[in-house]
Amino acid sequence: MTMLSSPSAGPVPGGSAAVPDGEGSVSRGRSGRRSAGERPSAVATGILLLGALYCLLPVVWVVVASTKSGSELFSTFTFAPSTHLLDNVADLDAYRDGLFWRWMANTALYAGVGALLSTLVSAMAGYGLAKYTFAGKNTVFNLLLAGVLVPAIVLAIPQYLLLAELELTNTYWSVLLPSIVSPYGIYLARIYAGASVPDEIVEAARTDGAGESRTFFQVAVPMMVPGLVTVFLFQFVAIWNNFMLPYIMLGDDRLFPITVGLSGLLNQGASQPALYTLVITGALLSIIPLVALFLTLQRFWRVDLAAGAVKS
Amino acid sequence: MTSPTTTAPARAGRPAVATATRTTGPSTSGRRRLAPWGFLAPAIVLFVLFLALPIAYAVYLSFRTEKVSGLGLGAGARTEVWAGLSNYASALGDPEFLASVGRVALYGLIVVPTMLGLALVFALLLDARRSRATTFSRTAIFLPYAVPAVISSLLWGFLYLPGVSPFYDVFDALGWDVPSLFEGDLVMFAVANIAVWGGTGFNMIVIYTALKAIPSELYEAAELDGASQVAVATRIKVPIVLPSIIMTSVFSMIATLQVFAEPTTLRPLSNAISTTWTPLMKVYRDAFTRGDLYSAAATSVIIAVATFVLSFGFLRLVQSRAFGQEK
Repeated sequence: MTMLSSPSAGPVPGGSAAVPDGEGSVSRGRSGRRSAGERPSAVATGILLLGALYCLLPVVWVVVASTKSGSELFSTFTFAPSTHLLDNVADLDAYRDGLFWRWMANTALYAGVGALLSTLVSAMAGYGLAKYTFAGKNTVFNLLLAGVLVPAIVLAIPQYLLLAELELTNTYWSVLLPSIVSPYGIYLARIYAGASVPDEIVEAARTDGAGESRTFFQVAVPMMVPGLVTVFLFQFVAIWNNFMLPYIMLGDDRLFPITVGLSGLLNQGASQPALYTLVITGALLSIIPLVALFLTLQRFWRVDLAAGAVKS
Repeated sequence: MTSPTTTAPARAGRPAVATATRTTGPSTSGRRRLAPWGFLAPAIVLFVLFLALPIAYAVYLSFRTEKVSGLGLGAGARTEVWAGLSNYASALGDPEFLASVGRVALYGLIVVPTMLGLALVFALLLDARRSRATTFSRTAIFLPYAVPAVISSLLWGFLYLPGVSPFYDVFDALGWDVPSLFEGDLVMFAVANIAVWGGTGFNMIVIYTALKAIPSELYEAAELDGASQVAVATRIKVPIVLPSIIMTSVFSMIATLQVFAEPTTLRPLSNAISTTWTPLMKVYRDAFTRGDLYSAAATSVIIAVATFVLSFGFLRLVQSRAFGQEK
C-alpha cells in the first residue's frame, strides 16, 4: 500500500503553496533567535525527548536484536546485546544463495529507476503546465490532480488484469510502470517550475534559437533542481515503502522487493522460528540505506501545507 | 544518491512531438502551440494507461459476473454476463465486509486523532523558544518515516511477543498479568500503534513547516503583552496553521481506510487478524485467493466512493466552520 504522496492542490481556501526557497527551511531552525537569556523549559524538552525515545525504541531494539542468536532472542533481556551479529549476517547471506541481497537490489532498482523516470515525467509535465498557455490546460491539470485521491486498491486489481493481458505480470515492468505516474510529483513540479524559472529567461533562450525541448533540458531543468530532488525523494520513498503493488503483481520471489520478501520470510518463520533471526537481521540491513538517505538529505524535506502528504 | 538531472541532458531532444512539429510547421508559433502537449504526453499516456483505464475497467467488472451452466465443466460452461447491481448488493450485505468496515472505522478513530494530536504537540514544542534538544528530537521523531510499514510492523510485531517484549519483563517483575496484544480486541491497538509510530513524524514536519512560515511579528506583540507561550501557541499559532492540520487529517483518513500492509505483515504472529480484517484485505482475498474478481471490483469501488465522500465531506464540514468568516 503506502501510497505515500497523496496530497493535493488545496481544496482548502487560503492554502499556500510549497515554494522552493533555495534552502531547507525546515533545517534552518530558529536557533538564531533562540536567545541565550531565555529560560529553557524542562517540560517542553522532556515531552520532545519522550517522543524521540518512543520513535527510536524499535530502531534501537532491532540493532540490539540482530546481535542475538536464535535462542537468545527469546531468553535474554530485550535490550541486552550479544555477539552474533556477524553470524546472523552470514546466515542471511547464505539463505537461498543470497536471495536477500537480490531483494535489496530489486528494491533499489524499483525505487531508483522508478523515481528517476517519475521525476523526469513530472518535471516535463509540470514545466508544460507552468510555462505555456493553451486550451484545455486547466482540465488536464485538474484531471491529473484527481488521481491523487484514487485509492491504490481500486487500481490494483484492474492494473493486474491489464498487465496480465500484456503478459507483463511477474516481471520488473509490472512494478516499475505503474510507479512512474505521480500526480503529486506533477503538482509539485508545476509549482517549482512556476517559481524558479523566470519567463524572461525562457524567452531569451528562444530568441537565441534554442528549441522548446533544448530550452527545457538545458535552461529550465538546472533551475528546477532543488525542487526536483524533493519530487525524487518523495517518489523514491513511496516506491521503497510500497507493499501492495509488488505483493499483487509478483509471484517469483527472485523479483521481490525487500518489503514483500521479508514479509514472506516472517510468514515462513511461523513454522520455522530459526528464520526469525534472519528476518530481524534483514530488517536492520534494509533500513540502513533509507535512514542514511534521510539523515544526509534532511534539508530537502520541506513540506508546506499544500505539499501535505501522509505515509500510510 | 543519483540526482534526476544527471541523466536529463542525455535525453534531450526526446519529446517526440516537439521535434516532429519542427518538420511539419515551420512557424515558431505553431511549434510553441504543440510544445506543451509534447511535454505533457508521457504523463498523459501513463495516466490513461495506469489510472484512467484501470478505474474504468474496475467499474465495468463490478457490474459483471460469471454464469456457470451445467456442472461448470468444459470451455463453454462459464460465461461472463451482466450482473446489474447484484455484486454491490451482496458486498453491502456481506457481514464480513461490514465487520471489516466497522474495524477500520474504530481504527481510524484511534489513529487519526492520536497521530495528529502528537504531531501538533511536537511541532509546537519544536517551534517554542524555550525547548531544547530540538534538532535531535525532530530527527528522531521523523526517522520512522524512513521505515517501510512492513518493516515497522515486523519490528513492533516482535516487540509485542511475550518472549521478546521489555514490557512483559516489567510486568513480570511487578507480578502482574499481561494481556497479550495479539489476542481479541487488543490487536486493534497493536496495529494502531504501528500506524501512529510511522506517521507522526511526517505530519509533525508538515505542521512545523507551516509554523515556521508565520511571521514572528504576529506573536511578538502578544509576548510583549505578557501572553504565555501556551496562550501564544493555542490562540495564535494553531489557528494560523489550521489549514495544514486539516489537510494532514484528510490524507491520514484516506490512508487509514486503505490499511493493508501492517495487518497483513502481523498475521503470521496473531490469530486475531483474519484474512478479512480490513476492507482491503477482503478485496485481496476475494480477488486473488478466491478468484472472484467481480465482487472484489464492486467492493473496491465502494471503498473508493466512500473515500471520496468522507474526504470531501470532512473538508466541507471544516471549511464551513473554520473559514466561514472569510465569506
